[in-house]
Amino acid sequence: MDRIDRIIDKYACETGVLIQLLLEIQRELNWIPPEAIIRINKRLKIPVSEIYRVASFYTALSLKPRGRHLVQVCLGTACHVRGGPMILDKVEDTLKVNQGNTTPDMKFTLSAVNCLGCCAMGPMMVIDEDYYGGLTPTKVKGILEKYE
Amino acid sequence: MRGEIRTPLVNSPKELKELREKILSKRDPNKLCITISSGTCGRAYGSDKIAVAFIDELRQQGLEEKIDFRETGCLGFCEREPLVIIFPKKICYCNVNIDDVPEIVDKTVRGEIVERLLYTDPASGEKIVHEGEIPFYKYQKKIISGNNAKIDPKKIEDYIALGGYSALAKALFQMTPEEVLEEVKKANLRGRGGGGFPTSRKWETTRNAVGEPKYVIVNCDEGDPGAYMNRGLMEGNPHSVLEGLIIGAYCIGSHEGFIYIRQEYPLAIENTNIAIKQAEEYGFLGKNILGSGFDFTAKIHKGAGAFVSGESSALMTAIEGRVGEPRPKYVHTAVKGLWDKPSTLNNVETWANVPLIINNGAEWFTSIGTANSRGTKIFSLVGKVNNTGLVEVPLGVSLRDIIYKIGGGIQKGKKFKAVQTGGPSGGVIPEQYLDSPVDFDELARLGSIMGSGGMIVMDEDNCMVDIARYFVSFLCDESCGKCLPCREGLKQARKTLNDIVAGKGKEGDIEKLQEIAEATSAASLCALGQTAANPMLTTIRHFRNEYESHIKGKRCPALVCKSLIAYYIDPTKCNACTLCFKNCPVGAVEGERGKIHTIDQTKCTKCGTCYDVCPPAFRAVQKISGEPVPPPIPEDQRWIKRGKKANSERGVAN
Repeated sequence: MDRIDRIIDKYACETGVLIQLLLEIQRELNWIPPEAIIRINKRLKIPVSEIYRVASFYTALSLKPRGRHLVQVCLGTACHVRGGPMILDKVEDTLKVNQGNTTPDMKFTLSAVNCLGCCAMGPMMVIDEDYYGGLTPTKVKGILEKYE
Repeated sequence: MRGEIRTPLVNSPKELKELREKILSKRDPNKLCITISSGTCGRAYGSDKIAVAFIDELRQQGLEEKIDFRETGCLGFCEREPLVIIFPKKICYCNVNIDDVPEIVDKTVRGEIVERLLYTDPASGEKIVHEGEIPFYKYQKKIISGNNAKIDPKKIEDYIALGGYSALAKALFQMTPEEVLEEVKKANLRGRGGGGFPTSRKWETTRNAVGEPKYVIVNCDEGDPGAYMNRGLMEGNPHSVLEGLIIGAYCIGSHEGFIYIRQEYPLAIENTNIAIKQAEEYGFLGKNILGSGFDFTAKIHKGAGAFVSGESSALMTAIEGRVGEPRPKYVHTAVKGLWDKPSTLNNVETWANVPLIINNGAEWFTSIGTANSRGTKIFSLVGKVNNTGLVEVPLGVSLRDIIYKIGGGIQKGKKFKAVQTGGPSGGVIPEQYLDSPVDFDELARLGSIMGSGGMIVMDEDNCMVDIARYFVSFLCDESCGKCLPCREGLKQARKTLNDIVAGKGKEGDIEKLQEIAEATSAASLCALGQTAANPMLTTIRHFRNEYESHIKGKRCPALVCKSLIAYYIDPTKCNACTLCFKNCPVGAVEGERGKIHTIDQTKCTKCGTCYDVCPPAFRAVQKISGEPVPPPIPEDQRWIKRGKKANSERGVAN
């Protein structure tokens, strides 16, 4: 709660800050917990409904806790034409979760994203901050196994 | 701290000139300088670690005085990242690895060249030494992106050394806001974000609109999948965008600006943040800029991931901190935009053109390009092309030149099928139109748009129905849901297309798609909905036969659509090596060493692993569509004899 308050403090005297504020909470806590929403409501007098609406509209904000590692499989056009969907299938298969979900052990959250702007590497995925390009379905398992 | 009054480092055009001279006097243009491209793609290939290795190596060898080192932004040739370019001769090394560092330093100091890292021309097999001679670069005209190679985006001095902010000084001291507007009008600069709307008209509208304050905004919410021109520029040369923005603000009479960057571009955000701080420190932003009396501040707003937020009215709503949804534009955002105040929003690349126009004049600018589309445009050339990357060309160059001369043709010698331009709002262009000049109007005539600059090349292995389905599905997810035709129409179109690729297409489906397309285009509020039908319509227009194959023949000619294909092992080619057998995740491959493998079609999930691992020398695993899978060969014929002779016998026998 302290951490949430500290972030709110930074934005308290400006207008139009909701998205930036939520992005920072997301980065700090890895999701937007209900407590944070109530706290923002209390302190900045923004209606809960509006906070929920913003938090559910944007893909970067998550209302569910995320796993320790974020796996982003790129499905931008360039990756799509080079076989991106097959990579996603393989990751889903290996982790046994569908995109948008987290493994039960909270290790991975899998998300399919529309273009990370590394089209030359396609098909590619990003795990946390590591980029993996030129993927084939057979390379997927080994890469995922590197993460604890 | 904000609010605290500090004297900026530069307070007049004269001081700017002196500063530039001072920077230049410390720099020897003939001195060796090793540069590495360290944009997002470069970093993905480890350029940041290689940069550290270079710095260490230079220090260890005591060469810091002799050789400069610079980390630059993206140089566009992403296929060959990380790129190392040695100035002043611009020797270009491709795909540099961390282990190459000592050798590069050694040879550079001795004036030698590391042959093995040079670019090899695939056509002639010849090694090319200099950057400018590589075909990928040779045919480009990099007036906007060219400076990326000469700049460390984190250092304002590099930008100033190249004459940076001199256009701002010129505008503020030698030109009235009206004259700035006139110059941009004469240059006929059109918006680079996709619409191609005359920039000067937008500026003029905001300038003349009633209401204070007025806002200027940079749109770097590049949500277009397969496009990253803006990222390259914002990461590699943020000051050029900033300078354009300040000049625009001066012309319009705005004192506050926003730079909207999508959060998927962390490096662009980082570099722009640094650029803003430095510009404040030097006096290009803040109060009384360069002593002119003009005040202007700029701030970054991070996008949180929504394609529709790139639309001008939606983007402004997002800056206000609300859900980024478009609103009706009976009154243009130029009149009533951010917080209902007059606001001008331009794309990153549009702003970056402004300092060039001010410095070189409208006449120079109009000498580049075609009659109605002046200047250059950066495209992101991606997909099945040999030289993937960012290319900047004068408008009017043909698609063929971009794809073949610069792009080096299609990967693996495959056949070109189509190029998709303009992202989800654009369309596909087939081979017969490859000689069309690329400009705002010509591509629109072909049913596509130039858009923000995405150019996705597709070959014979891409299914056009799948591409249409991909874009419709993308737009369906990204539709904000405000207008019914877009929300429900796209959903129905997606369902129909999903049925077609799943082999459940029906007679009349094509007509149904066309009908939905018409309604969505006519009755949606924003450009997302209005143009959503383009991918469907152009694929139907140019590749109707592929739709018909899917619907009538239950066949995917490009062998892409999972439900319509089957994997099959050709017994005449299988060498029973067990690779596919071992790798199949569902145990659908049956066989053992020496016994020809077969695929159990009831178990196969069509993941493609077997196809992937089958050694290219055999190519035994095949994809088939629209025909029944041949029955497995009888058990007693499945054992194969080893040895060359046995193989050739087998080949003859079959």
